[in-house]
Amino acid sequence: MMDDILGPWILDEPLRITGNRIAHPDKVVVICDHYVPPANVNQANIVAYTRKWAEKHHITNYFEGQGPCHQVLAENCFSLPGTLQVGTDSHTCTGGAFGCFGTGIGSTEMAGVLAEGKIWLKVPESIRINWEGVLPRGVMAKDIILKTIGDIGHAGATYMSMEFTGGTIRALSMDERMCISNMTIEAGAKCGLIAADDKTEEYLRKHGYSGDINFIDSDPDATYVKILEYKAENLVPQVACPHNVDNVKPVTEVKGVRMDVAYLGSCTGGRLNDLKVASSILKNKKTAKSCRLLVSPASWKVWLEADEQGILACLVEAGATILAPTCGACLGVHSGVLAAGENCVSATNRNFKGRMGSCDASVYLASPATVAASAVEGRIADPREY
Amino acid sequence: MFELRGHAHKFGDNINTDIISPAKYMEQGFEAMAAHAMEGSDPNFSRSFKEGDMIVAGVNFGAGSSRETAPIALKKCGVSVVIALFFARIFYRNCINIGLPVLICPQADEIENGEELEVDLEKGLIHSMDSGRYYHCRPLPPHIMQIVRDGGLMEHIRRKQERNEGNNYVSTDDTL
Repeated sequence: MMDDILGPWILDEPLRITGNRIAHPDKVVVICDHYVPPANVNQANIVAYTRKWAEKHHITNYFEGQGPCHQVLAENCFSLPGTLQVGTDSHTCTGGAFGCFGTGIGSTEMAGVLAEGKIWLKVPESIRINWEGVLPRGVMAKDIILKTIGDIGHAGATYMSMEFTGGTIRALSMDERMCISNMTIEAGAKCGLIAADDKTEEYLRKHGYSGDINFIDSDPDATYVKILEYKAENLVPQVACPHNVDNVKPVTEVKGVRMDVAYLGSCTGGRLNDLKVASSILKNKKTAKSCRLLVSPASWKVWLEADEQGILACLVEAGATILAPTCGACLGVHSGVLAAGENCVSATNRNFKGRMGSCDASVYLASPATVAASAVEGRIADPREY
Repeated sequence: MFELRGHAHKFGDNINTDIISPAKYMEQGFEAMAAHAMEGSDPNFSRSFKEGDMIVAGVNFGAGSSRETAPIALKKCGVSVVIALFFARIFYRNCINIGLPVLICPQADEIENGEELEVDLEKGLIHSMDSGRYYHCRPLPPHIMQIVRDGGLMEHIRRKQERNEGNNYVSTDDTL
């Protein structure tokens, strides 16, 4: 999979070195998402270049403006259990929610994959993260992964497979599982695996997949570098504070910090379940005057379903601006970038300095529930109170 | 053989890809990316960096995005080698693939900003011209070093295809 920002416009030149040949065009997916809709001529040129490149190389799996690439991959059943997927985006680990070994690679590396149809990989060691019990009300999968990254550390899973097991994980919907796998790169992981089960199959069949499913799982006696055990009942909503994803604190310690922007969206926090949870908190309420709520549904499908269910109307009535399905503000390139001095509470995946706009802005990562509650109060708020 | 010589530009831990190559400049092309490289940590980097100088950093250098614009921006600035306590994995591979040497150095935090260094890539040996000290790194395995020597992955593949060789990378080296 290649996206617009790191795909053809960067790898086209290296690919010429080996004669512009693509070994398996049917296995190639090209998705324009980061720069769609384009905010300026540079971005428009890059999208146009990507579009033309896909045409030139007869890539039939081409998607534009349908949402962040990892959501598009999932909905179009490209992330299949027991398969290997590489993408020019670090959050390709999202595929792990389907038991797919998805991992991010650079553009030149992708040119090599296009040319040869293969890639060398070292089999990573595994960390097992076992969550048991029922998540309390107001606590979401985002809180699970933030807590885990806060404990493991920003580089604590470097070159490892993070494998999530346990009753809590099994009880999660595919939307929620994708949030967890998506963020494993923030601990440095090579991939973030959740073994496929009946929920995985239901999702794939619902989205039109009729082929075989390779239900692989770890052996019962598999060895792990370490095994972490958590009880879901003990989990409180978490917030990753500026400017590192592992700077994680319970919401109770961060409550009250002023927020100028609340953001729902991206491949991490813009799915139907995320918007549904947010709308249940925002129903019949208004966002604080000082806090702008931006909502970017993760795909056309999510948009349409959210619309049908009245979720978008509910969010708009609360004061939200509904954006196109796009990456956009998540990485500070368009559609809601932050000004100097602004604080943003976001359902996205990174809070590095300058990530969402100005180097003098601050990003607090949280679950969609925490984002919604914070939008109501205009400051970090505890969603369990709603 | 000490083939590289330059001054160390020292950085701390967790220098991520939003610092090395901020997203907002990526659409402006490689020259703009190089001009703004490392801005979040050192706003003067691109102006003060001389061709052949080296980056010396702490843990988890290159964390975050898979953007190849990060190592490309550094290479365009003239970085001859990136030395760190350890690297984030996608960034590490990206450097190799574009022909930018990387060295994992367990004593990187003992090197000071501005020290003049010479580096033997084959041996993974760093020598400080200022203090006289030697620092031992694990060198890149020969087949990976060859990718760097060839100037990057695609040139390496092209040469292999010309020689009609197979593609059997077998590495038991656990640096990779």
